[in-house]
Amino acid sequence: MNFTLKVWRQRGAGERGRFVIYPARDVSPAMSFLEMLDVLNQQLVLKGQEPVAFESDCREGICGSCSLVINGIPHGPDRGVATCQLYMRRFTEGTTITIEPWRAKAFPIIRDLVVDRGALDRVMQAGGYISSNTGGAVDGNTILIGKDRAESAMDAASCISCGACVAACKNASAMLFVAAKVSHLALLPQGEPERATRAKALMKAMDREGFGSCGNQYECEAVCPKSISVHFIAAFNREFLRATVAEPGPLTEIPSDPHAEFR
Amino acid sequence: MIALDSKVPSGPLETKWDRHRFTEKLVSPNNKQHIKIIVVGTGLAGASAASTLGQLGYHVDCFCFHDSPRRAHSIAAQGGINAAKNYQDDGDSVARLFYDTIKGGDFRSREANVYRLAQVSTQIIDQCVALGVPFAREYGGQLANRSFGGVQVSRTFYCRGQTGQQLLLGAYSALCWQIERGQVAMHPRTEMLDLIVIDGHARGIVARDLVSGKIAVHTAQAVVLATGGYSNIFYLSTNATGSNVTATYRAWKQGAAFANPCFTQIHPTAIPPSEEHQAKLTLMSESLRNDGRIWVPKEASDRRSPDQIPEAERDYFLERRYPRFGNLVPRDVASRAVKAICDEGRGVGPVGHGVYLDFSDVIAREGLGLVRERYGNLFDMYQRITGEDAYEVPMRIYPAPHYTMGGLWVDYNLMSTIPGLFVVGEANFADHGANRLGASSLMQGLADGYFILPYTIGHYLATTKNGPISHDHAEARIAADRVTMRTTKLLQGNGRRTAASFHRALGRIMWNACGMARHRAGLKHALQTIPPLRHDFWREIAVPGSGESFNQELEYAGRVADFLEFAELLCHDALHREESCGAHFREEHQTVDGEPVRDDKGFAHVAAWEHVPNGAPILYKEPLTFEFIKPAMRSYQ
Ligand SMILES: Cc1cc2nc3c(=O)[nH]c(=O)nc-3n(C[C@H](O)[C@H](O)[C@H](O)COP(=O)(O)OP(=O)(O)OC[C@H]3O[C@@H](n4cnc5c(N)ncnc54)[C@H](O)[C@@H]3O)c2cc1C
Ligand code: FES
Repeated sequence: MNFTLKVWRQRGAGERGRFVIYPARDVSPAMSFLEMLDVLNQQLVLKGQEPVAFESDCREGICGSCSLVINGIPHGPDRGVATCQLYMRRFTEGTTITIEPWRAKAFPIIRDLVVDRGALDRVMQAGGYISSNTGGAVDGNTILIGKDRAESAMDAASCISCGACVAACKNASAMLFVAAKVSHLALLPQGEPERATRAKALMKAMDREGFGSCGNQYECEAVCPKSISVHFIAAFNREFLRATVAEPGPLTEIPSDPHAEFR
Repeated sequence: MIALDSKVPSGPLETKWDRHRFTEKLVSPNNKQHIKIIVVGTGLAGASAASTLGQLGYHVDCFCFHDSPRRAHSIAAQGGINAAKNYQDDGDSVARLFYDTIKGGDFRSREANVYRLAQVSTQIIDQCVALGVPFAREYGGQLANRSFGGVQVSRTFYCRGQTGQQLLLGAYSALCWQIERGQVAMHPRTEMLDLIVIDGHARGIVARDLVSGKIAVHTAQAVVLATGGYSNIFYLSTNATGSNVTATYRAWKQGAAFANPCFTQIHPTAIPPSEEHQAKLTLMSESLRNDGRIWVPKEASDRRSPDQIPEAERDYFLERRYPRFGNLVPRDVASRAVKAICDEGRGVGPVGHGVYLDFSDVIAREGLGLVRERYGNLFDMYQRITGEDAYEVPMRIYPAPHYTMGGLWVDYNLMSTIPGLFVVGEANFADHGANRLGASSLMQGLADGYFILPYTIGHYLATTKNGPISHDHAEARIAADRVTMRTTKLLQGNGRRTAASFHRALGRIMWNACGMARHRAGLKHALQTIPPLRHDFWREIAVPGSGESFNQELEYAGRVADFLEFAELLCHDALHREESCGAHFREEHQTVDGEPVRDDKGFAHVAAWEHVPNGAPILYKEPLTFEFIKPAMRSYQ
């Protein structure tokens, strides 16, 4: 197969980027999209040119490294897959394929198609955990968790932190990411004690990192390689509301002392 | 000269670890805040170690080459994690998990280490549940289990097909907490390129900031390596494309013994390679062997489509050769059997590198729905890659390099032969002997990181006087210069060949000579062909750009350069081991029906190799004594 690749190239965060056109010839339909780019890069390297920088590691859709906007869609035309799981047989012979990085204020470009997604880690550091020390945990079967609940938690937990949801959103909101993280732990009894503080902390961190607010357009769900449902966003909104409204404040009245009448 | 003192406590097996913990010295809480520890790697082993050390009050500098600690290769584990909980009441126990692991490793691991692993296994599950890992549950709310390659009990805990990711997210979240508390300083996108040894103790690392290209010295009171395995020496493997040997290999060059490098595991169930430019092989979880049946046509010439081949003309060769374990024999046994069948010309698929893994029986017996629930994501993955629907036609599978049992030699305290250098997870050699059983690597990584290292490192720190070290200490400067020189040299090749082409060439040599089956002549030949390839590498390598910027080709070339050296060590080790044991199959040592022949008299030892500058590595042996179990013939027939 033959294609024309229109690839975003940019030397660094402060520099101007531009599209560069490369032909891709004799591409085998069984090749993955990233293997096709590997071949292009081999050719560039042999010409003494710098290869197109892009990220990948596991190449099986689980590590969340790969992150290309292909023909305007994060992770490309197929639903429910990451860029590395895209095969060339999916593309129409002879077409032009546009390849861009994730674009979001919170994800500065490092080089070409590689962006800095450290903001997602910082959001997690703000409270995306259960504060539980190593050692002394009770037996895993002490607290029973119904199958449905465990499965829902697992649905939320399957987020691979690739950031496609942010890249797809007009406001560059990380709402689906944060909602998935909060819901995962909120659904489990172990996550219960810190439920309210966690929801608030993550929301605050998301704003601080420069992610936009959710416009309820749901492009995020459509591009999520794990098909994480926007229902979790609704659940997170409820969590957040619950955290801000229902949290017991300091006691204003001193309760009456039941022993008083015996004094 | 290296001394191999395993430091295994004496006395009854069951109480070794408890007694050891009691006799080990502790670091007082006040002193902990003055101690800094470097942890390299944030997979299951590294993240669990770094977070626990931070929680204990140490200051931790944690490094990974990934952009986020959560992307370590551990993320890719699908199948599950073992623990001797005996929740199924099917006869499991610590003793049985211990025995299975020792036997699975073909009696080439230390009893004491493996027993401790089995003991600690139960705590791991509890710890992970406490961190919010969403393990699969039964309708009644209890934790669910499945049985997993090579054992007869159900002791494997799992999270759909993403156990590795969920366990890693648990450890990562614990790490996030310690980062937030200021106990751990995280350095992502930073690659360790050398080890700093001062007065015989590991005191720091030299690392390159992969974004700015800056090479910097980091010092500490102790260094922990949790840098994973080296299966990518074969070029194509199931490992993530970034996995590499650099950290442990560099430590070897600084004096840490490397143990059993030739013990590399080939996993039987990967999707067959199809394409010249393929970058990696995709694993199909071993759990598929619980329900799938492996077969090939009886006749080599049979080119009919699988559904046209009647039952009587199929050879279910694992069930035939190993009636007791059938399709569930351990990985090494299954892989070799598959290779033998394909070598006979009975392989299926375009180039004959494949056998069928057939689900039609279980679909007929238990229904499509159930199979979909159990394996749906794997079937989807298979379809995406091959374009075939495995609910309709049988899958095709072929063995692929997957895991490395070999690694830096460590004693019972997980300390290498360099005092102050600790090694955890796949990077050490400790627990799996000559072959690892399914679902036991995640167990080992977390055992090391959460429950073992945090104790044992305390003893070293409490008993060693290590004053502070300045960043421009002579040894640190020398190490940094080594790294700078090497980086510069990588940029000076004449640009004729890419790092990938060298990697592929090396992979081919290693797969043929030191893959699933090895023999003397082949290994000797490899030892002759690797040095010229390495020579060409340094002359012809093409790395554009500079060292002072983000340069992925430079990173990769550096890793390939280390593989090109390390490959020789692997061949030396395979050559020395004149026996077949576990994943190491020497063609000279087999029975007439192709079963491996182990030699306990000659080779019941750990082979630990010392680096000699510009010379052949020197072999030291740690004898393996079996006090509590008797090494048996490992028969699965
Ligand atoms: C496809 C697949 C499926 C698997 N399934 C299972 C399973 O079901 N059950 C099971 O028990 N095991 C399984 N395994 C094996 C298991 O996943 C690994 O052995 C284990 O996760 C290794 O963990 P680790 O922490 O030792 O290293 P890794 O997870 O490999 O982590 C290595 C870390 O070190 C860092 N690093 C490496 N070198 C450097 C350097 N020079 N400088 C800085 N940082 C560095 C990396 O960035 C990374 O953070 C599977 C393996 C594969 C390939
Ligand atoms: S490379 Fe890991 S998800 Fe794509």
